[in-house]
Amino acid sequence: MPRFIDRRPQSRHKSAVNRQRFLRRFKKQIKMAVSNAVNNRSITDIENGEKITIPTKDIREPHFNFGAGGKQEIILPGNQHFIVGDKVKRSPIDLDKNKNNASNTGTGEDEFDFQISTEEFLELFFDDLELPNLIKTHIMKNNTQKLIRTGFTIQGTPSNINIIRSFRSAIGRRLGIRGVLTKRIKSLEEELKKSLDNKDEEQIIKLKKEIKHFKKRLLHIPFIDPFDLRYNNRVRQPRPTAQAVMFCIMDVSGSMDEIKKDIAKRFFILLYLFLKRNYESIELVFIRHHTSAKEVSEQEFFYSKETGGTVVSSALELMRDIITYRYPTSEWNIYGAQASDGDNWNNDSPRCRDILMHDIMPYVQYFAYVEIMPRQHQSLWEVYKTVKEASKNFAMQPIHHVKDIYPVLKSLFNRQHPAIPLTTEKL
Amino acid sequence: MKKKIITKNSEWTIELLKKYEREIANIAEQYQLDTYKAQIEIITAEQMIDAYAAIGMPISYHHWSYGKQFLTIEKSYKRGSMGLAYEIVINSNPCIVYLLEENTMAMQILVLAHAAFGHNSFFKGNYLFQHWTSADAIIDYLIFAKKYISQCEERYGIDTVEETLDACHTLINHGVDRYHRAPAISLQEEKARQTEREEYLQSQINALWRTIPKSKKKSKDIEKRFPEEPEENLLYFLEKNAPLLEAWQREIARIVRKIAQYFYPQRQTKIMNEGWATFWHYTIINDLFEKKLINEPFMVELLHHHTNVIYQPPFNHPHYNGLNPYTLGFSIFKDLRRICEQPTEEDKHWFPDLVNSNWIKTLDFAMKNFKDESFIAQFLSPKVIRDLKLFSLLDDDQKSEMEISAIHNDEGYQHIRNTLAQQYDLCNIDPNIQAYNVDRRGDRTLTLRYYQSNQRPLAENAKEVLKHLYKLWGFPVKLETINTDGNVTSTDVCPPAPAASTSNPPK
Repeated sequence: MPRFIDRRPQSRHKSAVNRQRFLRRFKKQIKMAVSNAVNNRSITDIENGEKITIPTKDIREPHFNFGAGGKQEIILPGNQHFIVGDKVKRSPIDLDKNKNNASNTGTGEDEFDFQISTEEFLELFFDDLELPNLIKTHIMKNNTQKLIRTGFTIQGTPSNINIIRSFRSAIGRRLGIRGVLTKRIKSLEEELKKSLDNKDEEQIIKLKKEIKHFKKRLLHIPFIDPFDLRYNNRVRQPRPTAQAVMFCIMDVSGSMDEIKKDIAKRFFILLYLFLKRNYESIELVFIRHHTSAKEVSEQEFFYSKETGGTVVSSALELMRDIITYRYPTSEWNIYGAQASDGDNWNNDSPRCRDILMHDIMPYVQYFAYVEIMPRQHQSLWEVYKTVKEASKNFAMQPIHHVKDIYPVLKSLFNRQHPAIPLTTEKL
Repeated sequence: MKKKIITKNSEWTIELLKKYEREIANIAEQYQLDTYKAQIEIITAEQMIDAYAAIGMPISYHHWSYGKQFLTIEKSYKRGSMGLAYEIVINSNPCIVYLLEENTMAMQILVLAHAAFGHNSFFKGNYLFQHWTSADAIIDYLIFAKKYISQCEERYGIDTVEETLDACHTLINHGVDRYHRAPAISLQEEKARQTEREEYLQSQINALWRTIPKSKKKSKDIEKRFPEEPEENLLYFLEKNAPLLEAWQREIARIVRKIAQYFYPQRQTKIMNEGWATFWHYTIINDLFEKKLINEPFMVELLHHHTNVIYQPPFNHPHYNGLNPYTLGFSIFKDLRRICEQPTEEDKHWFPDLVNSNWIKTLDFAMKNFKDESFIAQFLSPKVIRDLKLFSLLDDDQKSEMEISAIHNDEGYQHIRNTLAQQYDLCNIDPNIQAYNVDRRGDRTLTLRYYQSNQRPLAENAKEVLKHLYKLWGFPVKLETINTDGNVTSTDVCPPAPAASTSNPPK
C-alpha cells in the first residue's frame, strides 16, 4: 500500500533561493535594466515591479554540442508524397528541432525576460544611492499604520500581560471568594458553639466536618488564576496623514545635459518616495526655468531641451505664486526640491535669497537644493549658504555621483517622531 | 463479486485516490508489474514548477541556473503558453510520484497508472537503471550534496563555489561513465603482480647489453601519454587529475558527476520509459472501464488526454517539434503486443521469435534489457513505420540539396530502423570528446580530442566550455579534432596562445 502525502501546505517558495541566486549573478545586467526603467518612468510610477530583459547569450550555459553541418541522416514522421531519391531544398525551417540546438531557455529567443517585484526593483534602485539600510526599510515599508494603546483585554499574547492589572484582579478575586467562605465558616462556628452547648453529638461531628471542609477550601484559593490575567490592548491605527505638494524645480538651460538630468530625476524620486510614506496624497508641481520659468508636465520637465541663460529667481517667484494661489499652507505641507548645475546670472542671486527667505522658507516644510556636477560654486551657492544658516529646514549639497543624493535628504529622514509637522496640528 | 463505479465526481479526494490505487494495483498484479513501493505526493502548481526547475530532483543544491529555469517556466506558465506536466516521478525507493492538485479525478487515475505503475516498474526493471542508479540511496545522496555545497558556500563564499559549479555543469554530459571501471586491485594482487613484473624484467635483463643503437624517433614513441588510454569521462578525469583543485572542488565535481550519472539512464531511455508508462496507463484504464470501475464520461476524458499525449504532428506542421517519444514508444510497445497476439505474415518474417509468444513476458523482456537505441533496432516493426509514415532524410553539407533516402516501403524499413536507432544513440547526441594527453614535462597543457564522425563540426560554444575547463584544469586546455581519416587538426586553445609560443619551453 503506497503512502499518500498531501504536500500542498508545505515547502512553498522552494525556488526562492535559486531565484535570488539568479538575480545576484546577473546583477549587473539587471541593474542596467532597472536604471533604464527609472529613466523611462514617471516619478509617481516608480514603485512597480519591472519586466527585466537581459540578453540570452549572457546567461547561456555552454556545453559541447554539435554545430550545424556535416553529414546527417534524420527520421521524420508524416511523409505525404516523398519517394526515395527525391531532392529537397534546404529549408530555412530547421527540421531537426529535437536535437541539441534547442537552447536551454527553451525558447531560443535572443532575450530572456522575467518579472521582478517592487521590493527587488527598489532595492536595485537604491543600490547606487547608498542609502542606509534603516532608511531603505523605512521607505520600502508599506505599512503606515501605528499601534496605539487602547486599554486592557482579557485575551492576548503572554508578552502583553499587564502585571499590575493582573494582580489587581487576582487580589479582588481572592478577596471575593475568601469573603464568602469566611462568612460561612463564621456562621458554622456559631452553630457549632450552640451545638456544643446542647451537646448534640451528631450535629457537632457534622458541623466540624463542614468547617474543616470550608477551611480547606479557603487554603485552596489560587494565588493567581488565568481568569485574572489582563493584557495590554493595542490597536492598529492608520497614521494621521495629510496632503503634501512637492515642487520640483530644475534648471533646463543648455548646460544641463542628460547625465545631470538623470541624477536630478533620482533626487526627485527619492524625495517623492519619502513623502509618499508620510502623506496620503502628494501632488507634484514641475517648474523648469532658464531665463523665465514655466510650469510643465513631467514629460516636458525631463525630456525637452532648451538653451539660454539662467535666472533662478524666476522659478522661485513662480513657486511662490503657485503656493499663494493653489496651495494654502493651512491645507498643504509644502516641499521644495531644486536641482541645478549652479549657473545663475550674478545679479539675480541676491534676489533668490530674498524670495527664499521671505516668501518661501516660512511656508515650506523642507527645501532641498542640489548642485549637480558644478564646475565651481558660483554666486547662487554663496547666497544659499546664508539661507541655510538662517533656516533649519533647508539643505544643500553638491552632487558628483548619485550616491551623494542621500546626504541632502538625510536631515529629513533623520527627523524623529513626529516625522513631519502636520498641517492638521497647525490649525 | 460485482464491482461498481467508484465515483462519478470529477473532484478527487485522498480517499478516492486510495481506492483507485488499490484497483489499479490489482490490475497491475495480473500483468506482473513489479514496482517499488510508491510514495504519492499531491503538490500545487508552484511546487510543480519548483520540481521542474530542479530537473526533477526532489532536493537540490542552490544554483542560479535552477533560478533561471524557474523564471522561464513560471513565465510561460503564467502566460498560458505552457501547461504543466500532470505528474513527475522520481527514480527512488520508495518511488516518489508528484501529482498536480489541479488534475481532475479522472486525470489522477491516469496519472497514477502512468507514473506510479508504468514509470515505477520501468525504474525497477530496466537494466540501465539497475546498473547505474541506486534508487535506495539517491535521496540521501542529494541531501548530502545539498548540505556539502551549502557548507562550502559558507566557508569559501558563494561566488567561488558558483564558479566551480558552473564549470562542472558545462561538462555534465561528458561526466558519465559508460562502462564500469575496473575495481581497484587489492594489496595482495598488487604484490603478486609486482613480483611477476620483477621476474619478467630480470629475464629481460640481457636487453641492457644490446648493442644496436636505438633510433631517436622510437624513443619518443615509447614515452607514454597520460592518460594512457583517452578518458571519455572528462569530469572524472578532472576530479582525479586536475593539479590545482582544492579538495572541496574535487568533491563538487564528484557531486555533479554522480548526479549526471544518476540521470544518464533516463537520457538513454526516453522513448522506452515514456512508451512503457503510456502503454500501461492505456491498458489499465481500459481494464478499469471494462470492470466498470470508471464510467463513460471518465473514459472519454481519459481517452481525450491519451490521444493528446500521443499526438504526433507531421514534419511540416507548425507544431512539429521532433518525434514525440510518447507516440514512438507507445506505438512500438502496442505493436509488440499485437505481434504476440495477432501476428500477420509480415510479422512472422520480421519477428519469428515473438510471434505467438506470451505478450506479457515479451514486453517485460523488452522493457528490462534494452535502451532506446537497441530497443528501436530490435523492435521497430514495419507496421509502426507505416503508421507513422516515417521517412529518412539525408543532409550532407557537401551536396546542394538534401535527399530522401528511405520511405515506408519494403526497401526502406531496415534502413529507417537502423537510422532511427542511431538517432537515439547518445554518441550521436553528444559529441565524442575525450581527454587525450597531458603535457607533463612541458606546460601541463591538457589536450582534448574530438573524434569526429560524419564531418559534423562542434558548435561555436565549445570555446566557452574550454574557458570553464581551463578554470578547473588550471593550465592551458587544447581541443583537437580528429576526423574519420585520422587527421588531427587543432580546433581551439584556451587561453589563446600568443603567436610565437613554442609547445616545448626550454629546459
